[in-house]
Parts: sequence; structure tokens; C-alpha cells
Amino acid sequence: MDTIVSPPRGSKQPTKKPTVLSEAIVEIVSDSGEGAQKCGQSLGAISAKMGNGVWTVEIIPAEIQPPARSRAGASGIRVRIGSETVTNMGDHAQLVVAFNEQVPYGRIEQRAYKPGTHLLIEDKWRNDPTEKIRQEYTEAIEQFKVLGADVIEIPMEEECLKVVKNAKKGKNMWVLGMLSYIYSRDLEKAQQQIRRIFRKKSDQIIQDNINLLMSGFAWAEANLDLHFEIPAIETDQEMLVMNGNEAISFGVMAAGIDVCSMYPITPATSASHHLAEHMEAVGGLVHQAEDEIAAIGFAIGSSYAGKTAVTITSGPGIALKTEFIGLAVMAEVPLVIVDVQRGGPSTGLPTKVEQGDLLSVLFGDPGDAPKVVIAPSTIEECFHFVILARKLAESFRTPVFVLTDANLATGVSAFPRPKVSEDWFASPIDQSDWEEGVRPYEWAQETGLSQRPIPGMKGGMYTLTGLAHDEESHVAYDPAINQRAAEARSRKIAALQLSLKEPKVFGADSGDLLLVGWGSTRGAIEEAVATARSEGLDVSSLHLRFMSPLEPGIKEIMQRFKKVVCVELNYSDTVGRPLIGDHNRRFSQLAFYLRGNTLIDIDSYSNVFGQPLSPIRIYNMVKRMFDQYHAQLKAAKS
Amino acid sequence: MIGIRADLTEQDLPEVYYSIQDYSSSNARWCPGCGDHAILTAVQKLCREKQLPPEKTVFVSGIGCSSRFPHYMKTYGFHGLHGRAFPVAEGVKFRRPDLDVFVVTGDGDCCSIGAGHWVHAVRYNMYMVALLFDNEIYGLTKKQTSPTSPKGTFSNTHPKGSVLPPLNPIQSTLGFANVSFVAQTADWHPAHLYATIKKAHEHPGFSFVRILQRCPVWMNHGFSQAVAKDNSVTLLDHANGIELDPQVRKSFKQVIQHDPSDILKAREYAELEDSLPLGLFYQNTEAERYDEYGAHNLHMPVKERLSELNGLLDRYAI
Repeated sequence: MDTIVSPPRGSKQPTKKPTVLSEAIVEIVSDSGEGAQKCGQSLGAISAKMGNGVWTVEIIPAEIQPPARSRAGASGIRVRIGSETVTNMGDHAQLVVAFNEQVPYGRIEQRAYKPGTHLLIEDKWRNDPTEKIRQEYTEAIEQFKVLGADVIEIPMEEECLKVVKNAKKGKNMWVLGMLSYIYSRDLEKAQQQIRRIFRKKSDQIIQDNINLLMSGFAWAEANLDLHFEIPAIETDQEMLVMNGNEAISFGVMAAGIDVCSMYPITPATSASHHLAEHMEAVGGLVHQAEDEIAAIGFAIGSSYAGKTAVTITSGPGIALKTEFIGLAVMAEVPLVIVDVQRGGPSTGLPTKVEQGDLLSVLFGDPGDAPKVVIAPSTIEECFHFVILARKLAESFRTPVFVLTDANLATGVSAFPRPKVSEDWFASPIDQSDWEEGVRPYEWAQETGLSQRPIPGMKGGMYTLTGLAHDEESHVAYDPAINQRAAEARSRKIAALQLSLKEPKVFGADSGDLLLVGWGSTRGAIEEAVATARSEGLDVSSLHLRFMSPLEPGIKEIMQRFKKVVCVELNYSDTVGRPLIGDHNRRFSQLAFYLRGNTLIDIDSYSNVFGQPLSPIRIYNMVKRMFDQYHAQLKAAKS
Repeated sequence: MIGIRADLTEQDLPEVYYSIQDYSSSNARWCPGCGDHAILTAVQKLCREKQLPPEKTVFVSGIGCSSRFPHYMKTYGFHGLHGRAFPVAEGVKFRRPDLDVFVVTGDGDCCSIGAGHWVHAVRYNMYMVALLFDNEIYGLTKKQTSPTSPKGTFSNTHPKGSVLPPLNPIQSTLGFANVSFVAQTADWHPAHLYATIKKAHEHPGFSFVRILQRCPVWMNHGFSQAVAKDNSVTLLDHANGIELDPQVRKSFKQVIQHDPSDILKAREYAELEDSLPLGLFYQNTEAERYDEYGAHNLHMPVKERLSELNGLLDRYAI
């Protein structure tokens, strides 16, 4: 099975020299269910195996089965392949494969393409029996040309039918073959990939798909002038390829977490799906609760009983869980809460990205409810931060939030394989008898830290309560107790801050402009900063991973820059829009938070288009700021 | 150790013997005359009778007068959120089959704000005892209509009398999927109360006990008929039902023989209006238990877990 089937040689130009690229962005768009995502994921996996940097992101319609050939129903995938590590989805696509002529429209509206983008379109619609479709097709092709696309019509179905009887299934693998030629992908690895994805299918199906792959490759070689190469950097390091939700799931398992208690919610559910499939074999269990509130209540109950627990949700789920989060803070119950953020408020944009939960996670509870909040900025960090979260939850006897988002959840990239440690599986607590005389909340004077008894420990019996309580967990009737307890809980966060290091600045340590970001936007921000710096603009960036407590030294870093702008994916007012001025503008969430923390006049740049931030948007913003600044200087001089 | 029985005969006792004091914490702060005191006594007696190790016993409650209960026990306790005792108790039990779990809840806690969890707690059928302290009124928040308040109850939220018929917790529970134990008892029948809680504790699954409980402050007329008139209470009796001393049985003027395996009859009796039925409505020891699922893969050796995880990571390796 492992022998390579040589592609039939084309007639036109048997040996074309590929043009060398440092990176390429490819999109494959189709109606839902035509396999575009499988095609793109395979292209990504093959490229990662070749040693390329890869980032893939799915293009998801809001409906499960949108009507065929509709603009809003476009389903697909974007694959960014680079010679070096790729950290985000990038800007405009270099090449697009469309299974019909309607699906590119939605992407054009979202400015995913630019003049010169190669648009490879299935040509069967040109001869469709329905006149309306024929007309739509020719009109669209003309429009795309006017817009500047390099339109190439491809006889996908016609060619597939030469190989298989039903072209509906398998067109995606023919396209994979075509793309393999265009981007000089390793055919042996491509065949391995097909065997892997169809491993549960019959040998006949595997062979058909390999034949389609080879046919697509051969046709492209014989008929297309597009031929590129993206050199890869060889590495000996073993790598893993997965999306952010899978990385969260692996983090949960590697952290030795015993119970995942969840309720279905987009875009968090796929992490729980992965756990549902695999956690049992690793010694844990998933509980699907009757609602979001029960999901966290169950996790808190498990943790109280000495079992490590996680609950995984998204914004609307956090809103429902808020009362229990307050209880976990008040009663100091260790818990990992993963929030895969989506667009809000309310049901909002269920499948789209937003970093809109920061403030509600930090301040959503009534009263003072300090807790730990960390935000991974890469898929690799999604894995490691869950392990970190478990450790912090237990060491500091507190709930710990891991804030990711829809962009990390569905983005796929490669990262070095972590060495799973036996220590990560350690039981949360020594289960021997409770030391006589020690109270269940024996708050250390300076740090507020205390050990917790768990059921089963002789001598540790106490009643946990959400009421204000003293060191014995007795209900506080003396007003001084509440003040003392609140201080203890707050000091734990300060104690954690002491152990953190100052974050590193990307770019220069001081200068004109500092961009500050958090979470999934890091790749795009740093790429924009690198581009701007290469053009001589004095801009740097700072990426925060600890949202509570904040890493030390942030204020000092900011003071070394003339201007600081928070760049994030949530809403902020734009000065100059109707009714909005400097007196009443509402800042983006991180800016709001940092302004209060540092008393620095931090600006914000943010939006809620529901799309990941692209480097070019950030670059354009930076450029605009410098242009305005120079214009102001000039005006001041004259 | 040697103890002395009530009839002054000697009894051998184990090395560790838990007395009532071992289960009592601070003095209960319920109002004088509150039915909760009687329930606390019955539960502490059960703990002693069964010699439950205090460190292996967990009382989980919600919010309300009833839910102060764990504070008055010297076991582990969890006094959580209004209406949310069930999910917490399920989480406690899920991976800790060694723990004896009790849920203490009230009519507002269970049947109103936490009603969604009640439905599912019955369906999960985890091995635990749920005690519904039903006084037909909100106590801690001072006299608001509860879902079990009789129609016409004068309260601070319905000063002209409540307008809807009450919810019947027994009837509801008997309608939920996978129900396995439903009983009703009353705070003013200490022997029946104790025997019912004991039967519930011995049931391998989720045992739901509604305890008619008097609130002398906000609902002083509640159950007054049932307390005053013998014929306004009916005992559901059966060889498989609540075990009662013959003397106690005799004190009930109205007795119906009811086989607790008959769910259709149980539903019929749940709707008796003239005379409050006390006893075991329904029991099924064969119902599916979620705690058995929860405990099925405990104690996996670390090496095995590591090797499974590494095998899984291999699938994502390139």
C-alpha cells in the first residue's frame, strides 16, 4: 500500500520550474458538505509534515445545512503555509479554489481576496441544464475579472468522472491533488494523509481517493502555469498538529483532571467532544449536565470532594455560571474554567471570534471576587495553560479562568510535542488525616493562603458556605470577619503576582508606539509590528498572558513609550462617530482595565466584525497613526 | 468497649463508637417550634444507628431555612447556592462512591429556583438521600408564596391570597424518568419520620423524601388539620414499605395497603386530597444508576494513564 503511484505525465510542459515563495494563503470554498475543509486540513497536515509553518482556519456558515450555491452558505477553509512558523491567518488569499461561482462572494465582501488573487472555479456550471445557473455563472466570472481576480476555470467534475463514477464524493481529493502540484507538495505524504483520513473506510475507497489525488496532480501539471514552492525548514523536533480546542482537551488530560463537567455551547463544545471520546481511557470522565449552572455546580462538587475538575463553556455559559463562580471564589474551591469566547452580548455571534468576556470574567460577580485569569496566545499555549491552571487553582485555592476564543478553537497549527509528566497526574491533595487544631481557612497572615480539608479526611469536617465566614467556616456575624476574609482572598492574587516575571516586549524596549494585546491576536499583532518596523516605524508590542493578576512591570514598560494602544477584538467607540468624543468614548476592554490599573492614557483599537484580526488591518492602523502624528508635527511647525 | 442497652443489658461496641454528640455541631438557630429541629434529631439518630463515619458523610444544601442544616451537623457539609444543591451533590458523589451523600432542600429551593435540577437529579438516580423540607412558604426571606403554598395563601407577594394551585412534589417526582424512591413523612410523626429516612438511606439510588414541615412563624396554620385530626392523614402501609412499630402503626386511623412497586397506584395516591398520605409511594431498586457509571474507571494506574495519553498524542504527531 505504501508504494507511490507515479502521476501520469502531462503533455504540455513536463518540467516546469516552481516559483519560490516564502508563504502562501490558500482558500477552498464550497457549499456545506462538499469536503472543502477536509481538503484544506489535509493540505495543512501535509505541509506541516514537510516542515512548513501552517495555520488553518475554518470558514463556517451559521446554518447547519444552508441552501446550495448561496453566498452566505459558503463553507470552507483557509490554509496559510509558510517557510517559517505561522501564527495567524494572514491577510489576502493568494489562491482560491471555489466549487461554485457564488461562494466566493461572501469572502470578497470580507476582503479576503485582492486583485491578482488566483480564483480557480469549477466550470461545470457553465453548461448547467438550468439557464439561470448558466447565466449566474457567466456573470460572476465577468464580475470577478472586473474585480481583478485571475480567474481560471477548472473542469473539476469532468476530470473526476474519468476516475470515479460519482464526482460528488472525492472532488475535494482531486482538488488536493491539484493543489499538491501547484504548491509542490510531497505526494508520498499526501497519499499517507489520504490513508489516514479514510482509515476506517474500505481499500477501494482509499484507492479511489488516491487515484483522484494523482489525477488532480497530473491535470494541474499538464494544464496550469501556477507552480510554486514554499521551502520548509527541516526540524528534528517531534511536532503535533491540532486545533486549539483539541489542545485544550489534551491539556485537560495531561493535567490529570478527573472530571470535565460541561453543557453544549458553540464554539467550546468541540473541546468537550474530544474529551468525551478520549478522557475515559485516560482515567477521567465527562459529565454532560442538564444546564450551564449544573455543569459548574457539579464540577465544584467534585473539586470539593477532592477530585480535579474543569468546566468548559463560552460567554453565555459564563453569564449563567457567574453565581457559582462567586461561590468558588468565596469558599475557595479550586476549579479550572475554560471560556472559549465568541461574539456577544446575548446569543451574539455563536461561531465568530470576539474577546468580549474579559471584563465580565474579571468583574462579573457581585462583591469583590478576585480570581486568576490567564489567556493563551497560541494553540501550543492552550495545552500548557490548562496544566498551569490546574496547578494555580490548587496552589492558590481559587477558580482559574483560561480565556481562549473561536479563532484559537478552530485554528490549526503545529507545535513541539510536550513531554507528558507523571507529576501532572498527582492527586490534588494528600488524603491523610487532617492535622488537629488547623482550621479549614487558616489564612496565612501575609499571603492569605490556606490548606483545605476534603471529605474523607478525619478531623477535617467543616461546612463550606457561600456566606461570609471566618477561619472555621462559621457564618460571620461579626462585621470584622468579612473585611479580614476579603483581604485574605485578595492577597492570594497579590502573592501569585510576586511569582510572575515581567513580560517581554516584541520589538524595542522603548519608542514611539506600543501595541498591547492579549489572547489569540498575538500572531497578527507581532506580524504587523515586524512589517511596520521593517519600514522604519518605531512600533513595538506587548502581549499579556496573565489578566489577573497582571504581570509586574507593565506600567513601567508603557511609560517608556510615547503612545500606548490596546489592540483587541471587542467593541470600542471611535471618536468622530455620531455623538462620540473624547469626553464620552468607551474604550476596549483591556484598555479600560489597564487605564484603571496604570493611570496611563491608553488608547484602543478594536472591532467586532467577528473575524480574526489580520496583520494588514493592524499595520494600516499603525501607519495611519504615524501619518497623523507627522501631520500634526508638520502643522505645529508651520 | 461496652455499652448498656435501654433494657440495661450489656452490648459490645466497636472501638470507635459515634454518639449523637459526634454528629452535632453548633446549636441550631431555627425558630422555636420549627419542624426542622425534629428532622435534625431524626437524621442524627440515623447517623448514630448506622454508625456513619462523620468524615465520610456529606450534607449538601441550597439556600433557605432548611439549608442551614449542614451547619448543625459535625460531618462534612456544603451550604451552596439557592436551588443548586443537587448538581453539587452529584459532583461530590460522581467520583467518590465511598461518601454517603445527603441533600437538604426546601420547597422554594427544590421546586422553584432549582426545579430543573430536581428533574435531572431524579433521572441520574445517584445513590443519595434527598430530604425536601416542605413548609409551603418561603421562610428565610419572610413569607412569600412558595410553589407548594395552597391556593389562597396570604403572603407578602400575594396579600390578597395566592392565585395558582400548588405544585405537588410527590406527583411531580413520580412523573420524572428513572424515578426510584419516593416517600412522604411529617415532622410531627417522629417515629414515621425516622423510619422513612432510614428506609431512604438504605435504598440503593436516589431517594426522594418529602417531609411535611411546620413553620410556626409564617405558616402557623400549615398542616394544622393534618396534625389535629386523625382522619386527615392516611398511612400507606406495606410489607415492603416503611417499617413501623405496630404500636406506631396503630396510631394511624386510616391505613391503605399500597405495594410500593406499583407506580400507577402510587400516582393515584399522590393525588389524594382529603387525607394526606404518608409512607412509601414507590421504590424500584433496579433503576439505572449514574453514580455507578461515574465510578467505573476510578483508580487507573498512572503508568496506564500516561501510556494511553501518549498513544493518543501519537495520532496527532507528524
